[in-house]
Order: sequence, then C-alpha cells, then structure tokens
Amino acid sequence: MGVYLLRRLFQSVLVMLAMSVIVFVGVFAIGDPVEILISPDADQMERERAIKALGLDLPLWMQYLSFLGNALRGDLGRSFVFNEPALKLILERMPATLELAFGAMFIALLIGLPLGLYAGLKPNSTGAKAVMAGSILGFSLPTFWVGLMLIMVFAVQLGWLPSTGRGTTVEILGMRWSFLSWDGLRHIAMPALNLALFKISLVIRLTRAGVRETMLMDYVKFARAKGLSPARVTYVHVFKNILIPVVTVVGLELGSTIAFSVVTESVFAWPGMGKLIIDSINVLDRPVIVAYLMIIVLMFITINLLVDLAYSALDPRVRLENK
Amino acid sequence: MSTTTANPAPAAAKAPRVETPFRRFVSEFCESKLALGGLIVFAFIALIAILAPLLAPQNPYDLAQLDIMDGRLPPGSEAGAGFTYWLGTDDQGRDMLSGIMYGLRISLMVGAGSAIIACAVGVTLGLVAAYGGGRTDTLIMRLVDLQLSFPSILAALMILAFLGKGIMNVVLALVIVEWAYYARTIRGTALVERRREYIEAAHCLALPTHRVIFRHLLPNCLPPLIVVATMQVARAIALEATLSYLGLGVPITEPSLGLLISNGYEYMLSGKYWISFYPGIALLVTIVSINLVGDQLRDVLNPRLKK
Amino acid sequence: MIIRMRAAVLAAVSALALCAAAPAGAQTLTMAVGAQVTSLDPHYHALSPNLAVATMLFDTLTQFDSEARMQPGLAESWKPVSDTVWEFKLRPGVRFHNGNPFTAEDVAFTIARVPAVPNSPSSYAIYTRAIERVEIVDPLTVRFHTRTPYPLLPNDLGQVAILDRETHEGASTEDFNSGKVAVGTGPFRYVSFRSGDRLELARNDAYWGDKPHWQQVHYRILPNDASRTAALLAGDVDFIDQVPTSDLASLRRNDKVRLVEKDGLRIIFLALDHLHPQGSPQITDHEGKPLPRNPLLDLRVRRALSIAIDRPAIAARVMEGTAMPSGQFLPNNAFGAIPDLPAPKTDAEAAKKLLAEAGYPQGFRITLSGPNDRYMNDARIVQAIGQMWTRIGVRTAVDAQPWTTFIARAGRQELSAFLVGWGTSSGEASSPLRSLVASYDRDKGFGTSNRGRYANPEVDAKLEAALRELDDAKREGLLRDATRIAMDDVGIIPIHIQKNLWAMRPTLVHDSRADELTRAQDVRPANSPANSTVR
Repeated sequence: MGVYLLRRLFQSVLVMLAMSVIVFVGVFAIGDPVEILISPDADQMERERAIKALGLDLPLWMQYLSFLGNALRGDLGRSFVFNEPALKLILERMPATLELAFGAMFIALLIGLPLGLYAGLKPNSTGAKAVMAGSILGFSLPTFWVGLMLIMVFAVQLGWLPSTGRGTTVEILGMRWSFLSWDGLRHIAMPALNLALFKISLVIRLTRAGVRETMLMDYVKFARAKGLSPARVTYVHVFKNILIPVVTVVGLELGSTIAFSVVTESVFAWPGMGKLIIDSINVLDRPVIVAYLMIIVLMFITINLLVDLAYSALDPRVRLENK
Repeated sequence: MSTTTANPAPAAAKAPRVETPFRRFVSEFCESKLALGGLIVFAFIALIAILAPLLAPQNPYDLAQLDIMDGRLPPGSEAGAGFTYWLGTDDQGRDMLSGIMYGLRISLMVGAGSAIIACAVGVTLGLVAAYGGGRTDTLIMRLVDLQLSFPSILAALMILAFLGKGIMNVVLALVIVEWAYYARTIRGTALVERRREYIEAAHCLALPTHRVIFRHLLPNCLPPLIVVATMQVARAIALEATLSYLGLGVPITEPSLGLLISNGYEYMLSGKYWISFYPGIALLVTIVSINLVGDQLRDVLNPRLKK
Repeated sequence: MIIRMRAAVLAAVSALALCAAAPAGAQTLTMAVGAQVTSLDPHYHALSPNLAVATMLFDTLTQFDSEARMQPGLAESWKPVSDTVWEFKLRPGVRFHNGNPFTAEDVAFTIARVPAVPNSPSSYAIYTRAIERVEIVDPLTVRFHTRTPYPLLPNDLGQVAILDRETHEGASTEDFNSGKVAVGTGPFRYVSFRSGDRLELARNDAYWGDKPHWQQVHYRILPNDASRTAALLAGDVDFIDQVPTSDLASLRRNDKVRLVEKDGLRIIFLALDHLHPQGSPQITDHEGKPLPRNPLLDLRVRRALSIAIDRPAIAARVMEGTAMPSGQFLPNNAFGAIPDLPAPKTDAEAAKKLLAEAGYPQGFRITLSGPNDRYMNDARIVQAIGQMWTRIGVRTAVDAQPWTTFIARAGRQELSAFLVGWGTSSGEASSPLRSLVASYDRDKGFGTSNRGRYANPEVDAKLEAALRELDDAKREGLLRDATRIAMDDVGIIPIHIQKNLWAMRPTLVHDSRADELTRAQDVRPANSPANSTVR
C-alpha cells in the first residue's frame, strides 16, 4: 500500500508538471498579456519596459525554468494584474467557491434523492414520468440562461432574494463564510441552485436506476416475502444500498462542480475562484491561470485516488497493485 | 417507462416470425410509447436539420440576404423579400425560423459529432486502461486527471488561437473536454467486469486481445455508457451554447441553437423574448427526444433489469 | 440616502422630509460598475477603471471636468515660464486623509515614484516621462523642466494621482490594496476593498472641493451586463454604468429607472491592412485565389468601403441610438477636431462605381474581424458592416473573437480589416493621431496602435509640428490639418462615437462624464442642488 501511494504521489507531480507546460505553451499561443493589460496611451518604449517587468522578454523555456525554480520554493508567481502572489489570490477566494459547490451538492441530494426514489419505486406513474422528463431540463438548459431567469423571477419580479453578490460573511478561521448568516444564505441560494441543476438531474437518474435494479435483487424480494412493511423495505434495505453509488458519483462530481462554477459565478457576481480564473483567462494573467490549474489538478488527483481506494475497499475484485 | 420484466409481446403475436435479437430489441424498445414518440420527434428534427436549405425561407448564412433594418421584428412581421417572419427576427434581421432550422444542423452536428468522437476515444482508452492495467492504466488515468481539471473555456480559447474559428474546431474542443468522462466511466465498469468468469473463459479460448475487449468486455459495459452518452450529447450541446455565450463558440454568422439563444439572452430583459425563446424550445425538444430514446435504450439493454 | 430596505418608506415621504431626514440617516450609495478595478495603487496599472477609483480617493494636479476640459485640481494655476519649463501653483490648505498637509514635496515624490513602481503591466510613467526634473520653488510652487517643448504636460498630469511623501515612501502596491496606505486627498476615504468584488468608501469631510453627497459608498464590480441591469431592477444597487443597449428599450419605458446618456470620446473604427502590397492575407477573389495586389492600398477602394457603410442605420438599429455617426476621431467640438466634418454619406451605388474604377467591378472577398467582448455591440457592428459590404460586391466573412486572441492576431498584422475602438480621455486630437494614424515609429513613440500600419508622411509632419507648438490656437490648427489629411486619405474608416450610458433610480441625478469614468462624487439626489455641500 505504501509503495502504491508513493507511486501515485510521484505520478501526481508528473501530471502537474505536464499541466504547467500545457498552460505555458497555451497562454503563449493565445496572445500577449502585455498587449491586453497595457494602457492604449503607452508607446513602444513603455511596452518594452512592461514586457521586461513581467519577465516576458525571455524565451519561453527560460520563463518556464524560472517558474519551476520558484515553484520549488513554494512561489507560484505574482499575478500580472494584481501584483499579488497568485496562490494568495486563489486561496482568498477558495472558501466562496467551496461553499457554493457544497451548497449545490446539498441541494442536489436534498431534491434529487426523494424524486429519484419516487421515480424508481413507481416507474409507471405519471408523476415519475414527469420527474424524469423534468430532470432532462436540468442538463439541457444552458446555465447562463437559467441563471438570468432565476434572477429575473426571484430577484426582479418577486423581490425575494438579492440578485447578485455574496452578502454578509462571517469570519471563521480567517476565512469568510456566507452560510452562517441569514443574509449570506439568501445570497447563496440562487447561485447554488443554478449550479445544482445539472447535479439534481444526475442524482435523480442515478437514484432511480439504483432503485430499479435493487428492487429486483433477491434480498429485497426476500425481505418482502418475510412480510416487512414496504416502507421498511424501501427506506432501510433499498435506500442504504443505492446510497453508496450515489454518494460516490456525487463526490466525484464535486471536483467538476468546483471547476465549472465559472459561469454561475460570473452571472451571480459570486467572488470565487471561478470568477477569478475567467477574469484571468481574459487578460492572460498566466501566473494565476497556472496556479489555479495546479490546484485543480491536485484536487482531481486526490479525489480520484480516494475513489480508487474506495473501489478496492468495496470490491475485492478490483486490486490496486499492478499485476 | 415500462419495465421489461413482463413481456406479453404484442409485436410477437402479430408477427410470429423467428425472434432474432434485433427484432426482440425493436419490440422491447417500442413497448414505451414515450420512447417511440421521442424517436419519431427526433427523426423529424433530424429531417428538418438535413433538409434545412430546402425548407428555410431564407439562407441565414448569406449576409447579403440579411438587413439590420429588419432586426428584432416580432413574430409574424412581413419581410421585404416577400415572406413572413413567422418567428420574428434577431438583431441582425435574420429570420428566426430559418436560423433555427440551420442552427439545428450545427447543434446536432456539434452535439452528436463531439459525443461520438469523444465516446470512441474515451471508450477505447478506458477499456485499454482497464484491460491493460499497469503502466498503460496509470498513463491513461493520469491523462484523464489532467483533462478533467482543464477548463473547457481555456481549452476552447487555445484551440481558437491555434486553429481559428470554425464548427469543427468547436467539436474538437468539446471532444478534448468530454472524452475523459467516457474513459472514466467505462474504466470503472470494465475493472469489475474484467474479473468475471466469461472474460477468463474468453482468455482460455486464446482469443485475440482486441476481440476480448471489443466483443466481450465492451457489450457488458454498455448500460452505464449509454446513460453517460445520452447525457453527454445534451451536455455537449449545452456546453457549446455556453462557449458561444463566452464568445468562443461557432462563427457568429453561422449560428447554432446555442448561439441564437445566447444572442437573444441579452434581449430577454427587454421583452424581445422570441430571439431566445424559440431556439430554446427547439433545443429543449431536441434534447428531450434524444434522452427519451436514450433512457429506453438503457432499460432495454440493461441485462440486470431482466429476469 | 437610499438604503435598500427603506426605499419603499422613503418613496412615501415628501422631498422636503427627505432633505430633513438626510442628516440623521446614513447617506449610502450602492453603485455597480462593469469594469474590473485591478488595483488601488494609483501608479500601478494605467487603466480607466483604476483611474475612476483613483479620482475618488486621490487628486491630480489638473482635473478633467465632465466635458473633458481641463480644470484646476491640486494645482490652482499653471503656465509655461519658458519653452521647456512649466510652473504650477499648488492649492494651499489641502490635507491628506491622515491629516498630513499637501506640499510641493509630495509632488516631487509622486513624480519620482511613478516610474519606480515594480512589476507594473502598464506604467503611468508615460505621463511623467517628459519631465526631466522637478524644481521645488517654494512649498506651493513647483517647476517641471522638460527635455523638449512639451505643451501636453498639464493634460498628462491630469492622470497622475498625488501621493503623500511621508505616508507612501516605500509603500508597495499590496499596501494600497490592503488599505494600509490607501490615503489620498480625494473626496472619499478608504473603508475596505475586496478585489474583484467591491470597494467601500466613506466621505472625506475635510475635502477641499465640493463635498460629495454620500457618507458611504459601496462600489461593486459586476462585469456581467445582464446581471448588472437585473441588480438595478431588483433594487440591490442604486446606480449602474455601461448599460447594455439591448436593455434600453425596456429601461426607457420603465419609470422606476432614470437613464442618462452622454456623448463620449470613444471612436469605433475600422483599420485596414496597409502593410502588405503584394496581397493582403485575408483578401481573395471570388474563387478564393489570393489577389496579386492589396486592393486596400487603392484610395478608391478604401473610399468605397467607407461610403458603403450605412452609419446612421448602425447607430439607430444596432446601437439603439447610443452612437453618433462620425467622420473623424473626436466629436466636432473637441480640441483639434474639424468643426464641420460630417460622417461620410452612405452611397452604395457610388461605392460600386469606385470599385469598378479601381479595377474590381465584381468586388472581392475579404474577412472582417473584430472583438466580441470589448466595445458596445462590437460583434453586431461587424456583422452589420459585413451585410453592407457584401451588398456592394465585397463578399465579407465575419470573424468575431474574444479580445485576447483577436488583439494578438491584429498585433501580428495577420488581419486585412478589423474593428477597434479608441478612447481619447484627454479629449484632444493629438492622442488618436499619434497612436492610430501616425507611421509606426519606435523612437518617436508614434503609431503604437496603428495595427494596419497606415503611413502618410504629411500626417506625420503636421503632427510633429503640433506636438512642439505651445500656442494653443496654432496647435489646434495643425491638429485639424493632420486629421483632415488622414480622413481624406481614408487612413482608417471611422464608424461612430459611442455615447456612454448610466442607469439609476429616478431619485438620483448624475453629472455624466464624457471620459466614461464612473465615480460616486458625480451622483447626487435629484432634489439636492448641484455642487452644494450637504452635511
């Protein structure tokens, strides 16, 4: 096991290196940050100075090597735009995104599980068909469009919720959190729902599929034959069994939720990492892009490792050690 | 959706012919009226998409036929060219009906094209990873890690910088983003399946590896794959819409449904609903029909739902 | 005055009661702006959103009023004392937020700090570079010695925020962002700043000039257009800038919103490829074969392309009336602009004739590029021009891309024709002439944004003469000459000058600025007199 983990760790470093190379080459190909950041009034001399100041006058490989050197010392570079350490910028905004992602996951389970259960238990009822058809809406409507509609309905027409922003935050452990205050909760409700839409559909579908398969299992039939009440069969035997795959997939999706909160964050002006990364991509703020992607890669690698470990724990037929 | 447990087989009663696997599949599929309806609607949509140049009153790609003075007309307005804008016009004076017909083509091409290619790439790599194990598995799965964390926006921007704008480049961007989902799904299933007895049996028969993988392993991994695939077609179309919204999608003079929606989105607050609403409906109907078909396919093909 | 919760209550009371109630309640203004503020360090990143914030916290020696005319700021008066020396008389009795007095020492310190800010992606040094040395005559008099005669110095100094030597010696950009040294002489004091999210300000009660109405200002950054409008409609903010034109139709009908438009200083124009005589990269004949010569080098072709564009239609339909068709860089009344120059008249037939005379009776194929995330309706304008060109036989493919990739390609001279914009914050013609149509020349600093590489020695000569001329009348004449030559030669194809848009609650009024800056001191309640001190 130790060897296995060590090997995975080594692989992770390689993946992160590969990512940094791709970003360096990619950003280089997309364009010139100075061209975007510089004042239109600047003349050629000022341009040359800015290129030099940002270290962009060196050949790409030298820029990369100096990045690597600094990265080894824990310095992922300073943002071209903000002149602050890229890592600090990202970590400052991480709580907002994490909070949003967990909020979305919570909503997805809260809405998705009961609906999926219902659709799975009564697959032929009109209600179940409506749930399934409705779940299609969740992943066919573009996020940005749904986001604006939510704002139009709940903020502009009804005036129930604030339209954008994060609202009051409460500081704990040096980080700001919204979910601890009523104002914060009101602010997070719409963006979390917007981000959750796709996940709700996913949870409904997974739950329904799980229920339908489980209901045909011998142990369920046995439990029924034993004369247990239908409610007990459903909520104890079936539910427990379907929960494992649902939670696994939802956990896996957490990574992509964090990575894809970009659009939601920009529609709702939610000051998280997603908004930072899209702003940074728009101005080619390479240090921030690189640092952000390194963090996301690390997160995905960790989640995937955990899933692999969980697989092997749950199913002895899957062995982690190489054959 | 009906279960396949009981099979009174009305189709079989009408046609007492030899039951081939295909016939059996067709009759099982047709058991759900909803799925059949979905299939018919989808066929209809596909037909419109294919025949768009013949059906559309206007060629929405030809700038000479558009006039900004006809921009943002409400549905039912008369066009100067002697036809009626039944669904109104967008900001460029593009007939929405024609735009939607042509847009369907692009969206289906982008959605289905990217899903098929991504599926092929992802499934192959996922199976190879699961079956091969060891170094191969490691390499492919770390590639998946890399890919899953790579934002589609950045990928699209990089492709735009390298290759310029175009529909095929959008497909490429989507493939790059999506293949990893397929690879991860199929690998998970295949890891379990590969330890099953029938695979060992196939090995004992000394069948060639590719045959074992694609003839034996793959079919048994299909059900979860179909779930992912039908969702991913929808997701690819929605993702293309998002890329268009961010200005990274298809060329603006050849709008897809997603681009039409995101163009019209800006007019939603102004009450010019038709610019975004009708393409939205078209997108919705398309995706719902694809998913109705996909849901039923999954139920029919899932061996675990059968007695 | 307007607090979200209280809006309904306040609406019920009369205007008089409102005034009476004002001193008791907090006077808070919540604004949402579309552009990202990247730094509170006023010398770090020269960018107009940063300048807007800088002019709330800090002051400059000269200031621009809402019409972009120069006004006294921290300097009360200025005059050239010789060809290369400008003398500025400073305003007495001004104090920084922390109580330190403002003196000539601070001016000298500021001029020295500007070029020394590390890692700046766009330095303010372009505005101070002409200064060779600063001479402190007495605590309220400074002299700027320049290398060569430099008439634009007062304009340039309107961009440079004055810092306090005592406070800001050795201060870093981070110190400004964290609020540690965000101390100026401006009408507002720093309260808090969360980058990418919001800036909170409080009134500087000791301000030397007109005191702003608002005790507290929430300055929120909300780049998504639709969300910004929605935030105003939902009552979450009192005031927004950069109103998208697509929302205008409904906002104009909405009596809960007041819209303000102001003629701006940003020209939207097409640049054409002048660099490749042997055929332009994106121009072919109708069969897709490259043309042996670049048709854009023929004045008749350029003129044809210009008069093929129906500018009034674009202004009315695409821009919903928020643009003025133009035939030059600046509004007709600006310094150095030609007073009686109309926008080129649309004439498709004449355009076809010109094309035929130039040897292209069938036209040709061209790609027209443009950004899709930079200017108001940029991609829509490009498409509309595509329609108009296609109708005169120049079959146009339209390529709209995000600014990041677009500007990289334009900068590499890979494009044949493309749409860009130019905002002249100083409101005088030397800036666009120098950057957009003067021949590209590194040593002179000319043609920096002349990405089509138009070159005309006559324009260069007039411009160079103007840049040395200290006499305002003579300088204006030279700038007009240069503008006229470049426009007659269709060096660029001007389309229109944008109007700037703001929307707010009907209880507010806004002293809108031509230079697009959105600042809290320009907003006040409708019932309070202009420029009054409300305490």
